[in-house]
Amino acid sequence: MRPFTLATATDAREAVRLVAGDPDAAFLAGGTNLVDHLKLGVATPGALVDVTRATSAEITDLEGGGLRVGAAVRNSDLAADRRVRERHPMLVRSLLGGASGQLRNMATVGGNPLQRTRCVYFQDVTTPCNKREPRSGCGARGGYTRYHAVLGASEHCLATHPSDLAVALAALDATVHVLGADGERSLPFTELHRLPGDEPERDTTLAHGELVTAIDLPALPPATRSTYRKVRDRASYAFALVSVAAAVELEDGEGWVREARIALGGVAHVPWRAHRAEAVLRGAEPTEETFLAAAEAELVDARPLDGLDGGNAFKVPLVTRTLVATLRELTQERES
Amino acid sequence: MTDPSTEQLRPVAIGSDLERRDGFPKVTGTARYAYESEAASPAYCRLVQSTVARGRVDSVDTAAAEALDGVLLVRTAFDAESLETDDGELAVLQSREVAFRGQVVGMVVADTAEAALRGADLVEVAYSPAPHDVVLRTGRGDLYAPEKVNPSFETDTSDGDIDEAVATATAVLDRTYTTAMYHNNPLEPHATTAYWDGEALTVWDSTQGVHPTRAVLADLFGLDRERVRVVCPYVGGGFGSKGEPHVHVVLAAMAARAVPGRHVRLAFTRQQMFALAGYRTPTIQRMRLAADQSGRLAGIAIDVVEQTAKVKEFAEQTGVPTRMMYAAPHRSTTHRLAALDVPAPSWMRAPGECPGMFGPEVAMDELAEELGIDPVELRVRNEPEVDPESGLPWSSRNLVACLREGADRFGWADRDPRPGLREEDGWLVGTGVASSVYPVNRMADSTATIRREQGRYVVEIGAADLGTGTWTTLAQIAADALEVDVAEVTMRIGDTAYPIASVAGGSSGMTTWGSAVVNAARAFREKFGPEPPEDAEAQGSTEDNPATERFAMYAFGAQFAQARVNRDTGEVRVPRLLGVFAAGRIINPRTARSQLIGGMTMGLSMALHEQSVLDPRFGHVVNHDLAEYHIATCADVAEIEARWLEEHDPHVNPMGSKGIGEIGIVGTAAAVANAVHHATGVRVRNLPITLDKLLPALAG
Repeated sequence: MRPFTLATATDAREAVRLVAGDPDAAFLAGGTNLVDHLKLGVATPGALVDVTRATSAEITDLEGGGLRVGAAVRNSDLAADRRVRERHPMLVRSLLGGASGQLRNMATVGGNPLQRTRCVYFQDVTTPCNKREPRSGCGARGGYTRYHAVLGASEHCLATHPSDLAVALAALDATVHVLGADGERSLPFTELHRLPGDEPERDTTLAHGELVTAIDLPALPPATRSTYRKVRDRASYAFALVSVAAAVELEDGEGWVREARIALGGVAHVPWRAHRAEAVLRGAEPTEETFLAAAEAELVDARPLDGLDGGNAFKVPLVTRTLVATLRELTQERES
Repeated sequence: MTDPSTEQLRPVAIGSDLERRDGFPKVTGTARYAYESEAASPAYCRLVQSTVARGRVDSVDTAAAEALDGVLLVRTAFDAESLETDDGELAVLQSREVAFRGQVVGMVVADTAEAALRGADLVEVAYSPAPHDVVLRTGRGDLYAPEKVNPSFETDTSDGDIDEAVATATAVLDRTYTTAMYHNNPLEPHATTAYWDGEALTVWDSTQGVHPTRAVLADLFGLDRERVRVVCPYVGGGFGSKGEPHVHVVLAAMAARAVPGRHVRLAFTRQQMFALAGYRTPTIQRMRLAADQSGRLAGIAIDVVEQTAKVKEFAEQTGVPTRMMYAAPHRSTTHRLAALDVPAPSWMRAPGECPGMFGPEVAMDELAEELGIDPVELRVRNEPEVDPESGLPWSSRNLVACLREGADRFGWADRDPRPGLREEDGWLVGTGVASSVYPVNRMADSTATIRREQGRYVVEIGAADLGTGTWTTLAQIAADALEVDVAEVTMRIGDTAYPIASVAGGSSGMTTWGSAVVNAARAFREKFGPEPPEDAEAQGSTEDNPATERFAMYAFGAQFAQARVNRDTGEVRVPRLLGVFAAGRIINPRTARSQLIGGMTMGLSMALHEQSVLDPRFGHVVNHDLAEYHIATCADVAEIEARWLEEHDPHVNPMGSKGIGEIGIVGTAAAVANAVHHATGVRVRNLPITLDKLLPALAG
């Protein structure tokens, strides 16, 4: 553990100035992941800037039914917000499916999507990891790959993104507001994370010193039904083996699929927006065959990994089965 | 006829569900654990661990660490003090050889925990690595038979002719089952505060036995035992991993000796607990059952392959329960070990019985299915009249009553035995049963003192309370032995300042310490009568129980589980667990229930979740924290119920009690595996039962 300084920023501009000007500095929000990394030696910043008072902790209404969620809103507060509960059951389930009550009370909406992979080799400084130590090798390849990617991995990195909330935000077409040294910008949430390629040390498209200040949730058409299904090795306090965030709107609530938004968790370096599956669903009848075809389309390029205990080949059928079951649940007749 | 040594107490306080005496200080945070013991100006010790699994330390560079503000000293194998031991695990910093990855190769002591941690990071170690060998498998050419298995059982046994029994039986089952590597993971890490006053050492250590720890430390440091004091009033769980000292207490004592006048605190990190605190070996169990058409066993055999460490041998007695469980005239059990470049395995809750009742109890379920016999009935049909191994009668054996009572409470009679038929809301549902067993153990060497102080009866014995309830239950035993109200009894335990007590292990605490307390009470009353003067004092010790020559003594139980398996995802949930036990007289129903459902929860955890993933390329457990090494969470445990039968056993001890700390974990995993099979038709023989093992067989 390296000694560091700790500053508390009272506004976003000050926070950005403190971090952008110091390559050795990092933002600290809820600390539920970074503090672990400090203790493990995975992160060794020389300066931390506490941003929990630098951004908004409010959830405000936007025109047209959308919501703006300040970056400092705690996960548990977002999950408890009446408007969010009414409009975005998928989002609430993703939040409540994550971590534990104590961690959700600490974690922030701005920080949660920026948490880093739980790949055991990334978290163990005695093993190689290209993400932690560029060009040191990938410890996961041929090792413990149960929680690793089947989509979009590179020869340098097999890691998955661990956030549940991020999967829901990717499916919802949320927008991220960012403040950097050069001013404000916004980007679609699906463009926040990046595939590992040959720079696995970069999880996101943010530049050093760019601070997430808020996330906008767009309104969904009123007939949309959404949910988040997390499949994991125990009933609580476990990362997803596979998760599915799905929102489906049927014509007249029972006919063909007007709109489908799907994102997958536990399968890639990013919350994986399932565009191919959505394309198959759009305009189709909501049948078991359609759902299966959607899953298969999305998994055409899936590449399961070898590894201890059979690697992660089980994830490919698991994604299919979980996606089909989730779509079935969202489209079947509601019992009166 | 009963022996004088087991003449029964009249239970008054015994049997009442008193609250824990240590409950209030614990929940209000005033109970001080080892790392929090009082110290005027403590120093802190952090460890440097090997990053190779085998090899030799060529050199260390400690300059940067030593130059760091607050660092008091750095020690490595090049300059650590010499210890007197041939224990390969405890001989820490005695050699430059590296025997496993994560082995301690240095320590840093500093004024603050942060400086010590930073200092440990700055120690540079250069190794000559050597190839390592960490993979357990059956085909290895170097498997060997240990001299004995833990603690002193025969390695192999053979009665009758198992091969002949298998060759001539109507029904034969020959299957291999595996259990994973497990880490005990008590909530409180292994921790010590150590202090030297001249040539006298005091350690506040988190341990299951203050006197056994004292004996080891005295030998290591070449001290008379009287010069070592070990204090441990509270333990945040041990599950066997604090039964024998590990290197933390040795290192803390070495560190404190090197910084005279300072208390030194050392606690393992969670990750260090996966390398330095013992674990349960993975096991590979080949089971053979030979039976007639009615399910009566002619033969039962288990051949166990498991691992030990080159640095120190530990041979888990996995095959032992098969020797006595069922009435099969032809029996064979073997143990073979692979000695690997890994940390030393050690005790974990019910060593032997816990893994050793997985293979056999799933095999019994498979046999029941093959023969079309109800699995409860199959076990009843194989009930032995006397102990098959020793030929002795049972002091008491109520397995059949447990099975019957459990079946009744669980609604077993309505069970359709066919697998894979029941579905509720997208979940496949099934039920399973397995037997439990645990021996009645009594340790040597425990003494209690009873003294009259300010009108109260003060009981002193160096016993341990791991969260099991000793503070409370020993007081109940003392009260009934003295024939006084339990409120008049003061307990003093967990300190070598009190008379010697054995380790809290083998579920032997109540039998051993309780017998000492009863003997002390009887001596006290004999000497001083009903109205003792102030300062009246008497001692009593545990004695050998001659009845063990005439009876086989065990507790038994039956475990019932309901499993639900998601039709789409293969996720497994266990909405209901019921354990029915016959374990003699229950001293305190409140703490007993906690012990039993705690064991069952750990067994559920073993069934579904726990697995230390050893990466053979690196040689260490890579899922070494509680986020990645899964234990059951509250959400995984739904309806869980422990019941016990009234059982009168006049032979075990004066309380009529049998140990209950371990039996709860025995058989649980098999019951869950059997329930999963009943739900899905999939027989999972390799723990843990995870969804990937079920998915291929679930319908489209």
